[in-house]
Amino acid sequence: MALKDNLHNLKEKFKGTKMSPVFGAFHTFLYMPNDTTQKGSHIRGADDLKRTMNMVIIALIPLLFFGMYNTGYQHHLATGEVEMVSSGFFSAEFWSLSNFWIGFWKILPLIIVSYVVGLGIEIFFAAKNGHEVEEGYLVTGMLVPLIVPIDIPLWMLAVAVIFGVVIGKEVFGGTGMNILNPALLIRAFLFFAYPTWMSGDKVWVTGAVERTNEIAAGTMPASDAISGETVLGALAQGQEIVYSTWDMFYGFIPGSVGETSTLLILLGALFLIFSKIGSWRIMLSSVLGALVMGLIFNQVTAMGIIGESSKFYDLMNTEFWQHLLIGGFAFGAIYMATDPVTASQTNKGKWIYGFLIGFISILIRVFNPAYPEGVMLAILLMNVFAPTIDHYVVQGNVKRRMKRLKAKTA
Amino acid sequence: MGLLSKKDAKLITDPLADNNPITIQVLGICSALAITAELEASIVMSIAVLFVLSVGNVVISLLRNIIPSKIRIIVQLIVVATLVIIVDLVLKAFAYELSKTLSVFVGLIITNCIIMGRFEAFALANAPGKAFLDGIGNSLGYAVILIIVGFFRELLGSGTLLGIQVLGDPIEKTGVYAFGYENNGFMLLAPMALVTVGIIIWVQRSRNTALVEDH
Repeated sequence: MALKDNLHNLKEKFKGTKMSPVFGAFHTFLYMPNDTTQKGSHIRGADDLKRTMNMVIIALIPLLFFGMYNTGYQHHLATGEVEMVSSGFFSAEFWSLSNFWIGFWKILPLIIVSYVVGLGIEIFFAAKNGHEVEEGYLVTGMLVPLIVPIDIPLWMLAVAVIFGVVIGKEVFGGTGMNILNPALLIRAFLFFAYPTWMSGDKVWVTGAVERTNEIAAGTMPASDAISGETVLGALAQGQEIVYSTWDMFYGFIPGSVGETSTLLILLGALFLIFSKIGSWRIMLSSVLGALVMGLIFNQVTAMGIIGESSKFYDLMNTEFWQHLLIGGFAFGAIYMATDPVTASQTNKGKWIYGFLIGFISILIRVFNPAYPEGVMLAILLMNVFAPTIDHYVVQGNVKRRMKRLKAKTA
Repeated sequence: MGLLSKKDAKLITDPLADNNPITIQVLGICSALAITAELEASIVMSIAVLFVLSVGNVVISLLRNIIPSKIRIIVQLIVVATLVIIVDLVLKAFAYELSKTLSVFVGLIITNCIIMGRFEAFALANAPGKAFLDGIGNSLGYAVILIIVGFFRELLGSGTLLGIQVLGDPIEKTGVYAFGYENNGFMLLAPMALVTVGIIIWVQRSRNTALVEDH
């Protein structure tokens, strides 16, 4: 209790000063606040913003650990120190401590930078505007390290986080007021600002860029070069795919830190659905949208409208269900599209919103190989349209009820 | 300001800050987004608009009593089109490379809302001397924003200013590039011009809260 009392005393002492939101935030983060409502009583659910955010973070933790193992595994695979996994999800080649430590030391700085910079800005704005620090950044700060390539320089991440939080969120009025998903905005900023660090076959395996530089400087033999292309990148360039479908499903493939394992994302999705944090309507409809678009493309190639000579052929001819396993689609649909602030609010709107996310993701993926991660752009686009969708759903409802009322009274 | 009366001086200083055509009236945005990726282009564009607006304002002001109000827009268009063609030809003759960079946007000065706006709002109702000062003031207000945006976009996007590498050589890895700094390619794309203008608007309005609109 001592810590709690101390914090409470500190909070009382700094009440009304610029620093008060800082103590308030720590106090609320660690304990239940002592303050009670003075005026009127209101019935409230127990699931406040903090609990909602924590639930999403719990759903992300398996992906984080998987990402650490995968970082080391991809590195060792590229250097030839381990064999490709052969015995299913629990292969010993993958779940080794040496894999884990490489990933741990690479990912920990990403998490620290993301949280320190992001929360720093939140606290600055809270102190400036005199409101409490909102919990909004807790999830964003965890999502950001999971959706960037492993070797992204930390200062770039910091610049992008500043941009994403200030321009994406604070200018609109902070948590709950943003139009675009801040985590995706951070990724989009990195993608357009520093494309050499966000795409290509050198960024997905830790150490690849470093080795390329050393080879160029002549301090390492050229035979030690390592690289790893994502499945999407390989398809867009018409290369042979070396990973089996099960590898893709389990997540033993190169990619952004936390988005490779479709299996664990599915588990996270179940957790979010059963804890009623994520909208199953958005998840389901975006998967449907992706499948429909994939089927259309499969039909186009099956009917021979697009021949093998076309540069779109490989991606179009990918089995429609395989699109769900490769790239960041699954991660985006489950963790990003369902962000309650930027998604549609109405139930019918959620179906439309999700369906279009899936549909447009695959469309961008196939027709614009320069932007292989279509799901990022698709979600940002639909974030912008979500209020419009809601508007028409609500107006449609009003119109229908007016008609019913007229029929009754006439 | 011994040269100008207080009222006349205000015609020039007002558009520079509290009545800026871009950040307050939100006019002339398209060209501010399109050509500010390089500082040099911003400066040349500013000079072009300075010429067109100040001369055009004088011409319209001289004609203001004989233009039938029904066809005044057409007359204004003819005046501005004539001036823009002069600018375009001068650029092509003396700065061909630059005129290629600015491409269609020199021609589009015709549709720059600041110019039509000042013709309509000021030149049609004021004497030529005042109209001239108003033209200078507004185009300087436009120029200030263009140059600020152009400065940051070129510096952060290409690491150069007026084509000179001020941050070091990105290929040879000298200057700040030796520490791993890299140019921000996003700054060269139009969305970041919008964001930069937005930040200027934000800073200006938080310094002078009287400018904040009710909504």
